[in-house]
Amino acid sequence: MRKTFAIHGGVHPPENKHQSVRTPIRAAGIPDELVFPLSQHIGAPAEQVVQVGDAVLKGQKIAEAQGFVSVPVHASTSGTIMAIEARTVPHASGMSGRCIVLKPDGQDRWIDHSGLADYTQAEPADLVKRIRDAGIAGMGGAGFPSAVKLGIKPGTVIETLIINGTECEPYITADDILMRERADQVIEGVKILRHIIKPKEVLIGVEDNKPEGIAALQKAAAGSGIDVVVFPTKYPSGGEKQLIQILTGKEVPSGKLPADIGVVCQNIGTTTAIYRAIVHGEPLIQRITTVTGDAVKEPQNLEVLLGTPLRHVLSVAGYEAPKADRLIVGGPMMGFAMPHADIPVVKTTNCVLAPTARELPPPPPAQACIRCGMCAEACPVSLLPQQMYWFAMSKNHDALQEHHLFDCIECGACSYVCPSSIPLVQYYRASKADIRQQEQEKRKADYSKQRYEARQARLQKLEDEKEAKRKARQEAAAAAKASSDTPSDAQAIIQAAVERTQAKKQVSADPAAAAIERAQAAREGRSIADADPLATARATVANTEKRLQTAREKLAQAEAEGSDKIDAFRTGVEKTEAKLQEAREALAKLEAEAPAATTPAADDPVQAIIERAKAKRAGQAVEEEDPVAKLERLVSSTESRIQATRDKITMAETDAPDKVDALKTGLEKLQEKLAQLNSELANARASQNSEAQ
Amino acid sequence: MALLRVTSPHAHHPANKTGWVMLQVLAATIPGIAAITWFFGWGTIVNILWASVLAVTLEALFLKLRNRPVGFYLTDYSALVTAWLLAIALPPYAPWWIVAVGIAFAILIAKQLYGGMGYNPFNPAMVGYVVLLISFPLQMTTWAEPRGVAGAELPGFWQAFQFNFGLVDRAALDGVTGATVLDVFKQNNTALVKDLWANPIFGHFGGHGQEWVNAAFLLGGLVLLARRIFTWHAPVCFLLALTVMSAAFYDGGSAASGGSPLLHLFSGATMLGAFFIVTDPVTSATSNRGRMIYGACIGVLVYVIRHWGNYPDAVAFSVLLMNFAAPLIDHYTQPRTYGHEKAGTRKAGK
Repeated sequence: MRKTFAIHGGVHPPENKHQSVRTPIRAAGIPDELVFPLSQHIGAPAEQVVQVGDAVLKGQKIAEAQGFVSVPVHASTSGTIMAIEARTVPHASGMSGRCIVLKPDGQDRWIDHSGLADYTQAEPADLVKRIRDAGIAGMGGAGFPSAVKLGIKPGTVIETLIINGTECEPYITADDILMRERADQVIEGVKILRHIIKPKEVLIGVEDNKPEGIAALQKAAAGSGIDVVVFPTKYPSGGEKQLIQILTGKEVPSGKLPADIGVVCQNIGTTTAIYRAIVHGEPLIQRITTVTGDAVKEPQNLEVLLGTPLRHVLSVAGYEAPKADRLIVGGPMMGFAMPHADIPVVKTTNCVLAPTARELPPPPPAQACIRCGMCAEACPVSLLPQQMYWFAMSKNHDALQEHHLFDCIECGACSYVCPSSIPLVQYYRASKADIRQQEQEKRKADYSKQRYEARQARLQKLEDEKEAKRKARQEAAAAAKASSDTPSDAQAIIQAAVERTQAKKQVSADPAAAAIERAQAAREGRSIADADPLATARATVANTEKRLQTAREKLAQAEAEGSDKIDAFRTGVEKTEAKLQEAREALAKLEAEAPAATTPAADDPVQAIIERAKAKRAGQAVEEEDPVAKLERLVSSTESRIQATRDKITMAETDAPDKVDALKTGLEKLQEKLAQLNSELANARASQNSEAQ
Repeated sequence: MALLRVTSPHAHHPANKTGWVMLQVLAATIPGIAAITWFFGWGTIVNILWASVLAVTLEALFLKLRNRPVGFYLTDYSALVTAWLLAIALPPYAPWWIVAVGIAFAILIAKQLYGGMGYNPFNPAMVGYVVLLISFPLQMTTWAEPRGVAGAELPGFWQAFQFNFGLVDRAALDGVTGATVLDVFKQNNTALVKDLWANPIFGHFGGHGQEWVNAAFLLGGLVLLARRIFTWHAPVCFLLALTVMSAAFYDGGSAASGGSPLLHLFSGATMLGAFFIVTDPVTSATSNRGRMIYGACIGVLVYVIRHWGNYPDAVAFSVLLMNFAAPLIDHYTQPRTYGHEKAGTRKAGK
C-alpha cells in the first residue's frame, strides 16, 4: 500500500453520510422551469448567444465562454428561452446574477452530437478544446474551468495526476455513489485525462469511510496502472492542497498552482463529465447532487439537470419545508445558506442540505476568546486563528497578512472547535474582502496619480519644446547674422525696415512689394532656408550643441539634487545628442554638396527675386528658377543618383562585395533625401497655389 | 418559516464550550484540594468557599456596571477558576480579609479593568497572590504544619471557619503553623541536605504532606491533559526546566545545595503551577513552540528565585514575568504555514 502523509490539524465532525446512500442514483426529472446562471464557474461569466423566444435543443450552447478562464453554458433540455434576467444564484451572499430562463417543452430533444470513437488518436490540445466547449468546470465545489487546469504550460512536467474522491464534507455522498455505481466511467475519464497530460503516475485519493466506492474503483481500475489510494478520514483532507500533501508529501507553495510542483488535481465527478464529453460528445448539462438533512423524508442522490430549482430537487426527496431551519448549498462545513429554494442547481452544486434546528443548532452567541489554541490545533494550514481573530477585530491588516490570512482556505475547522463559538471564518472572510477592496482602491488611486503625472509631463514637454523652438530661432538668427556680410548690412536692414513699413502702409495690397520685402528679409538672414541651406545647417549644429550643453547642465543639477526627474533629463540629453549627430551629418553632407548645389541664381538671389516680382507685376509668367522648379530639378537629379547607386550596388554585388554595405548606406541616405525633397516640393507647390490665389 | 442565514461552518463541535472547559479544570483540582485538606485541615476549603462567593459577586457587580450580560458571562465559570486557584495558593489559615483583598484585586483590577474574560494580560489569580505576598508577608508566609507534624490537632471545618474569620483568638493557630521545606532550604547555609531531612516537615522526597498534594495536582493535570484541555508543551517544559536547573545546582547535597530535583518538583506550588497556572491559555503564549519557550522560562525563573531570590517559592512571580513576555514570544514563534518555506515570513511577492 502506498505511503500517505499526514496534514496538520483537521477535525472529525459527525459524518452523516449513511442517510443518503441507501438508494441508488435517481433522475430528478424535468422541472417546469430551468434557470442557467451565466456564471457557474470561477472566471469571467459566459455571454448569452440566444434571445428571448428562441427555441433551443438539449445540449445546445446558450452562452459562450468569455476569455480564457471561462466556460460556456448549455441548455439541459429542449424548450423555449423565456427570459434573460437577474435571478438569485447560489452564492454565499445570496446575490442575484444574470440568468437564462428556459421553459422545457417536455420532449427532451437532443441537439446533434457525437463523440470521438477513439480519443487515443486525438491530439491532447483537441481534447482540451472539447472539454472546454463542453462547459466543464470543477464539480467538487470551486468550479474552476477544467480545460484551464489541463492547459499545461509547455516545458512543465506533470509527475502526478490526482483524482479527488475524498469528499471529506459531512453529509455529501455524490462522489461516493458515483464511485459505487459508475466506477467504469470514472476510470475511462481518468484515462482520457492521462492521455492529455501524460503524468508519470495517476492516483485516485479516497477517504477510508467509503469502502464500497473504493472496492468498485479498484475493480474498475485493475490493470490500468491507476492507483486508488485510501487514507484515514479527516476533514478537510479533500481540499486540493491538503490532498496533494496527503498523497505526495509536497506542499503547493503559497500563491502558486499545483502544476508548479508537477501535480494536476481534478475532482472525481469532473472525470465522468469529461468521459461523457469526449466519448459521447455530451456537454455538461447534468450532475449528481446529494439531497439530505432531517427536513427531507428520503435523503438520496439525484441526477439533476443543471438549472433545476432547489425547490424541485427538494420536493423529489420529500421536503418538509416547516421543519427546515436553513437551506444549505454544499456541506455543513463550507456550504452557503440560501435565502429561499428558488435557486438553481449549477455545475458546482454537490449537495442540498435541509437540516432541522435540532440537527444543526443556530450558533450560540460568541463568548470571549480565551486563546485556548484549539483553533490552531485544528487549522490544516498551520495558521494561528486566535491571533488572526484579534488582528481582524482591530483591523490590523498588516499583521493579518504577516499571519498569512490569504493562505486560509476557509474550511471552518477553527470555528467548528472554538469553545467560545466565535465565528472565526466570518472574520477572516470579512478581512479578506476589506483588504482586497483597499488594494483595489489603492490601485485606483495609483492609476489616477499616474495619469495626473503623465499629463503634467506631457504639458511640460510641450512647454519645453516651445521653449526650445523659440531658442532655436533666436540662436539661428544670431548665427546667421554673424555669418552674413557686414558692410552693406546696416543699409540692408534699414532698407528692409523701410520696405516693411511701406508694405504695411499699402496693407499688403502689392504682392510685388511683399515679395521684395521677403527677399530682402531673407538676405538679412531671417528666413535662411531660402537663402543658404549651409548656414541653416551650421546654425542648427551650433544651436543643438548649445541645447545639449543646457540639457547636460540640467541633468547634472538633477543628479546633484537627487530629483526624481533624472530619468527624463537623461532621455533628453540622449535625444539631443542624437539630434546633434544628425545635424552634423546633414551639415557634412551639405558641405560636400555645396559646390554642386550652387545655382546660377544664387549669385544674387535678391536681385533675381526682385526681377521675378517685377515680372510678375507686369503679368509675365515666371517659369524658370521658381522654387518649385528648382525643387523639381533637385528631385529628378536625386532620383537619377539613386538609380546610379542602385546600378553600382548591382555591380558591386558581383565585383566588390565588401563595398555593397557602404553603397547601400549611401543609397539609404539618398532615398531619405529624396523623400525630404518630395515633401518640400509638395509644400512649395501648396504655398505657390495659395499665393496665386 | 424564515430560513436562517449564517455563514459556514454550520456545524459546531457539541462538547466544546468554554464553560465546560472551566468546569473540567475546577473538577481536576479536587484531588489536590482533598490532599491539602487531609494534610493541613479544612482551612483551604473555607477559603475556597469564601473566595467563590466573593469572586462571583464581584464579577456580577462589575459586569452589571459594564453593561454586560451577567448570566452569560458568569456561566463561563472563569471567576470560579480564579477564586479556586487563588484560594488553593493561599495559606490554609489566612484571615478572611486576605482572601477578600486578593480576590478583589484579581477580579476587579487584573481581570475586569482589562476588559474581562480573555482580555487580561496577567493571570488574575497570580496578580492577587503577588499583591498579597508583597503587602502582607507575615500572613502570607504563615503555613500550616502538616498532619503528623503539627503540635496540635488539625482544625475541623467549623474551627477553621472561626480561625479564618477571626471569631476566635488566632493565637491558638500557633500550634498548627510553621515553616515549609522551601523556607528551610532558603534559610539554610550550614547544614548538609541529608541533615535537613531530619526535620519532620520533610517527607519521602519533598515536603511532608506537600509531596502528596503535588502528586494529587499532577494527577488532576494529567486528566486534563488526557482530555485535551491544554497541550503538553508548557507544563512539560516547565517541569523539565525546573528539573534541569535543580539537578545542575544540586551540588551533591552540600550546605550550598538548592535541593534535589524531586524536592523541587514535589514541593511548594510546582504541580499546581505546572498544570493549572502555566496552562492558563489567556495569558500564555499561543503557538506550541511558544508555549514550550514560555513554560521553560518559567521553570528556570522558579528555580532562580527559589534558590537565589528573596522568596521561598516563586511560581507566581515567574508566571507574571513570563506573562509580560508572552506577546514577544508569540511574535517570534509563529508556526510555518502550509506552502511557506519559513515560519513568520511575509506573503511571497509582497
